[in-house]
Amino acid sequence: MASLPTVSPSEDSTAIRANHLEVGFRDRVVWRDASFEVGRGEFTAVIGPNGAGKTTLFRLLLGLQRPSFGDIEVLGAPPRRGNRRIGYVPQRHTIDNETHVAADALVRLGAVGSRWGPGLSFRAPREAAAEALNAVGASELGSKSLGSLSGGELQRVFLAEAIVGNPEMLLLDEPLSNLDIRRSRELVEVVHHLVQSRHVTTLLVAHDINPLIECLDKVIYIANGNVATGPPEEVLTSRSLTELYGVPVEVLHDSRGNIVIVGGENPHEEKSR
Amino acid sequence: MSFNWNIVTDLRDMWQYPFMRQAFEAGTIIAILAGIIGYFVILRRSAFATHALGHVGFSGAAGAVLFGVNPVYGLLLFTMGGGTGMALLGRRAATRDIEIGTVLAFMLGLGLVFLSLYNGYATEAYSILFGDIEGVSAAAVLLTLEAALIVLAVLALIYRPLLFSSLDEDVAEAKGLPMLALNLGFMLLLAVAISFAVQVVGVLLIFALMVTPAATAVQLTKRPLFAMTVSVSVALFSIWAGLFIAWYEQYPPSFFIVSISFALYVAVRGSLALSHRLVRRGVPSPERDAKPGPESA
Repeated sequence: MASLPTVSPSEDSTAIRANHLEVGFRDRVVWRDASFEVGRGEFTAVIGPNGAGKTTLFRLLLGLQRPSFGDIEVLGAPPRRGNRRIGYVPQRHTIDNETHVAADALVRLGAVGSRWGPGLSFRAPREAAAEALNAVGASELGSKSLGSLSGGELQRVFLAEAIVGNPEMLLLDEPLSNLDIRRSRELVEVVHHLVQSRHVTTLLVAHDINPLIECLDKVIYIANGNVATGPPEEVLTSRSLTELYGVPVEVLHDSRGNIVIVGGENPHEEKSR
Repeated sequence: MSFNWNIVTDLRDMWQYPFMRQAFEAGTIIAILAGIIGYFVILRRSAFATHALGHVGFSGAAGAVLFGVNPVYGLLLFTMGGGTGMALLGRRAATRDIEIGTVLAFMLGLGLVFLSLYNGYATEAYSILFGDIEGVSAAAVLLTLEAALIVLAVLALIYRPLLFSSLDEDVAEAKGLPMLALNLGFMLLLAVAISFAVQVVGVLLIFALMVTPAATAVQLTKRPLFAMTVSVSVALFSIWAGLFIAWYEQYPPSFFIVSISFALYVAVRGSLALSHRLVRRGVPSPERDAKPGPESA
């Protein structure tokens, strides 16, 4: 807490730097030859079909998995497990409606949960938790039981748990997956506000780009073992996605600016034909 | 000795007998231990693993009796061995009902053979299976106290990481907490708590001390530290009241202890269900007439 890393903007404005990166499990390559950069304070969506390796990218950034080839730098250093400068919201949680624990207790653990020894000071983590809940517009949820919260409310609490230590980077894995369109947009607004107000580099894994598209700086599109990176208007085009998937893909736009990607969702099926 | 409504003099009468004093002492220590560890059992969904470790301990205790060793040592050896095995299989092993079930049935059978090889078969089997708190010696009380102090000291050291890993495993892992070590540590603490709680209620009734009080507590409060306090209080009340009643009634204390613990659980669940129903039925209706949508929570 006391030693906030001081990084002058001139020193390094790059948050993630990947160079010919390849990841895989034993004999299976998930994706290969990914070279990209994410700048500090950027809001990036990680998009792609199921099983394309979006979560694998997060595991790499968190130091939970090593690349099989190439190298990657996170906040100016190789990834390492337990990096306090990264806040993380996984897709899977052990919490369900039988979890009778107050939401702010979980947020507090985000601040002090990895400290050993008897914790006798309660005030500092309590204040930090209240501040984090407030930042995601969830002050009123702090005293509620985790088991009683709705999907959208839970995601806000997880977000508070992730930002309580004032991280420089946020990794959010499918926070929108169980939310309806309205709740998705609300959560995206909360995240976007965090990105802007705290200048926190944020990567968000999503299925559907549409709730996000207006606030994004960058898209990392993973499909068919390939990774494409760039501003949304460059990546989300028929030409770029066709190249990525290796089969004809069309990007259609509706009158409200929503996009629909046709032909790419099942690349393996397409290929076998 | 007959019951009178001055409970203080009743207790003073009981405590003239060393075996009753020791029963209350051991019961108090074990209530604290079981109440606290039980909270993590609930949080980690390890209730069945707890039940299974009790059964694994049975064969250890029976083996110890056969070789003329203090059963607690056999219990400790086997429950800690079983707990280590479950921890090494990974966190999800604690919820693998079928594998755990097959092992526990075998261990129970093994214990049966050990006991049948031993001459004092019936009484020993009875006290391991159902507990014999009134037979706890002064030396056993001291041993229980030492074990409890060690468990509580370790728990104080790992309290926050253990709570974090129990509640939000993937985030705790990403934060760099040693998940295997925490899981192993917890299973060992659980093994020690079970081994000593067996003195009170036996391996078959272990649930009533290791799970029921904490299950009651989480219904009543969302605060982890407060829930542990409530859980300890429920366990403490069950044991004290059970011993108290058993002094006047000619039934084993285990029966009263598990009955009281069960009754408290049912009473709490029942009254909460009732109050939820009353709130749902009673409160919104006048407001619903006044304005659409129950805005006030």
